[in-house]
Amino acid sequence: MLRTEEMLLNVGPQHPSTHGVFRLVLKIDGETIVEAKPVIGYLHRGTEKLAEDLQYTQIIPYTDRMDYVSAMTNNYVICHAVETMMDIKVPERAEYLRVIAMELGRVASHLVWFGTYLLDLGATSPLLYAFREREMIINMLNELSGARLTFNYMRVGGVKWDAPEGWIDKVREFVPYMHEQLKGYHMLVTGNEIFMNRVKGIGTYTKEDALNYSLSGANLRCTGVKWDLRKNEPYSIYDRFDFDVVTRETGDAWARYHVRLDEIEESLKILEQACEQFPAEGEILAKVPKIIKAPKGEAFVRIESPRGEIGCYIASDGKKEPYRLKFRRPSFYNLQILPKLLEGETIANLISILGAVDIILGEVDG
Amino acid sequence: MSGEKDLEQLKKEAAAKAKAAALAKMKAKELGEEKEEAPSEDLDIAKQKAAAAAKAKAAALAKMKAKEQGEEKEEAPSEDLDIAKQKAAAAAKAKAAALAKMKAKEQGEEKEEAPSEDLDIAKQKAAAAAKAKAAALAKMKAKEQGEEKEEAPTEDLDIAKQKAAAAAKAKAAAAAKAKAAAQANQSSEAGDDAKAKAAAAAKAKAAAAAKAKAAALAKQSGESGGDDEKAKAIAAAKAKAAAAAKAKAAASAKAGGAAGDDEKAKAIAAAKAKAAAAAAAKAKAGGGTVKAEPAEEAKPSPNQPYLDKYIRVIEEHLGNDHIEDYYINNLSKDVPTLVAKPESYYKIAEFLKYNEQLGFDYLSELHGTDFETHMEVYVHLYSYKNSQSVALKVKIDRDGPTIDSLQPLWEGANWPECEAYDLLGIKFNNHPNLHRIMLGEEWVGHPLRKDYEPYDVEV
Repeated sequence: MLRTEEMLLNVGPQHPSTHGVFRLVLKIDGETIVEAKPVIGYLHRGTEKLAEDLQYTQIIPYTDRMDYVSAMTNNYVICHAVETMMDIKVPERAEYLRVIAMELGRVASHLVWFGTYLLDLGATSPLLYAFREREMIINMLNELSGARLTFNYMRVGGVKWDAPEGWIDKVREFVPYMHEQLKGYHMLVTGNEIFMNRVKGIGTYTKEDALNYSLSGANLRCTGVKWDLRKNEPYSIYDRFDFDVVTRETGDAWARYHVRLDEIEESLKILEQACEQFPAEGEILAKVPKIIKAPKGEAFVRIESPRGEIGCYIASDGKKEPYRLKFRRPSFYNLQILPKLLEGETIANLISILGAVDIILGEVDG
Repeated sequence: MSGEKDLEQLKKEAAAKAKAAALAKMKAKELGEEKEEAPSEDLDIAKQKAAAAAKAKAAALAKMKAKEQGEEKEEAPSEDLDIAKQKAAAAAKAKAAALAKMKAKEQGEEKEEAPSEDLDIAKQKAAAAAKAKAAALAKMKAKEQGEEKEEAPTEDLDIAKQKAAAAAKAKAAAAAKAKAAAQANQSSEAGDDAKAKAAAAAKAKAAAAAKAKAAALAKQSGESGGDDEKAKAIAAAKAKAAAAAKAKAAASAKAGGAAGDDEKAKAIAAAKAKAAAAAAAKAKAGGGTVKAEPAEEAKPSPNQPYLDKYIRVIEEHLGNDHIEDYYINNLSKDVPTLVAKPESYYKIAEFLKYNEQLGFDYLSELHGTDFETHMEVYVHLYSYKNSQSVALKVKIDRDGPTIDSLQPLWEGANWPECEAYDLLGIKFNNHPNLHRIMLGEEWVGHPLRKDYEPYDVEV
């Protein structure tokens, strides 16, 4: 009989399939992972510390760099936190612009996930299609905000720029186009035998585990928990749109794949309605003081980002800088379950499981 | 020779007046409201100099106030003031007249008076006197209302008109400002330049008095309080002062009353009329706000029943000595907030999770904050079963902060507790793997502590 022994295998931090600078120290016995120890912090930039010396508006660009694949929701969460504290009523048009920007961002974010996940699993072409569509969204957001990824678009009380002439029409035209492309994705990938073998029944966890590990977003909904903050604790104007909360029951990577792809559909639904209802004119910024001072006290708000529940806690002592700023970063929480999922799995499944969690390291490390 | 003297005199007065105007305007703007009184655009050279002086002074004042503001924790109104102040400072520095006009337009406010291009010396003198009276009046009212903040303002105006004008100016300004302050619950002090030093004390008093008055919802009984030698101007001055005071208070209450505190004697009648209107408006608005605030606080939060329920259930099962404090956090979407005693923190958390009436099965967020007086751990829990949130907080000792870990209850607390340990130095008992998750084990210090000093080997 062959003699076997456990050995350590280091994965990352510089490794393409870790989606950034994420390190895993694996104890393996042959092909099987005995123990996985995630090591994070390589991208920790001390946003929360920096924020203590910055005014609220100045913090917004830093949030772009947390979840850099979906910066709009990050922008929104801090504005929303300050607005909640100051009780600011955001103008209608600004709300619509925000929702459209955020939903476009959500579609773009899921497209990145779709492309890179398939790339992780060895399928090259889906990435090209996904990034083609994503590029259109990025261009639209670029027209709106002047930046491709780090938008710095939202402000406390509204948004920085109004939509350029004809922009809403572009979004409107994008919706059916994207619907069409999604069908293509499903034809290309969803029924693929190899793909199904690599995701079905992989990285399975139960609803109880998901709640216990504080998972959120698609990672939670894939276990059948019908939970979406846009629906359950509506913020902004999400209560005006008709859309479904996508769930699956199986709790495996296959379920997460479907939840994300179907969420693109739901986002498109919201976009369609938002473009329909978009007010012809109006303010894009509420009347707010030039120097924003949140009242003394504290607030915690949470919203639904593409990756799950992103929250922002502000403790203010009434000055123009926050006394303490804390982001509840969904990737950070979602990643916690990884060691549990990897235990007893083969190395070949590692990439599939890690990819399905959909982490952004900028957000994990804060 | 005498002609020269006249010119000198004129200059001084012009300067005094311009300052007063600038100050008054600035304060009016602080109130988020345009008080109009456009200084003359084409004053002659002497006047322009005066205006420049006034601007400098106004700027200084604005700065001082900005500082004061920085230390004050106010609610919405103060923020409004903030902007207004900035505007005021900017306005004072820029062409006062032009700006004043623009703002008046913006705010849809009626411009009060045509710029006083043609003020003659007499008018200026009258204005100075009027202002002096305004201040005196403010002071007197304060006295009459039994306010303890009083003191002899500059009764000792000497004959030199210049001084009188300066003091009067300062007082008028202070009074105007004071009203703004009164509304925002802040006492502001006016910065003064060298000339107005003597008037500073008087100003402060005037401010206090005026504030008291405003607080008392301006019981404007037209008291007569001219202590100046120019008896003829008394009536006019009083009227103006009252008008200004009322108007300002009203303005701050967003009643939108515009008042003329213009120095032109002709405006007196108008000012009086306005004063009455403004006073009425203020009485309403002021009374409204005073009542509205407690009413708002008294209004129970929609989440109050939940909080009551949590407390009731906890007390039924665990006794009543585990919760230090509980309240609805209005700033945070009315989330029911419990402050647990450190020794009961884990017990409460466990109870919140496993009690079937509460069932908080989801830990949404956990983090620590260094409040300098104490360390705090904030936990946001959610019950999917009941669709309810609760914020659980615990205050712990800042030196060597230690608290039980929640990881045995919610696996999701694992990394957040590591983060709190790493960045704040909070130790979590019974945590399976408490380590520096972000910074690495060799890092010295805990950066989010308020007393953190970056450690650098080379320094």
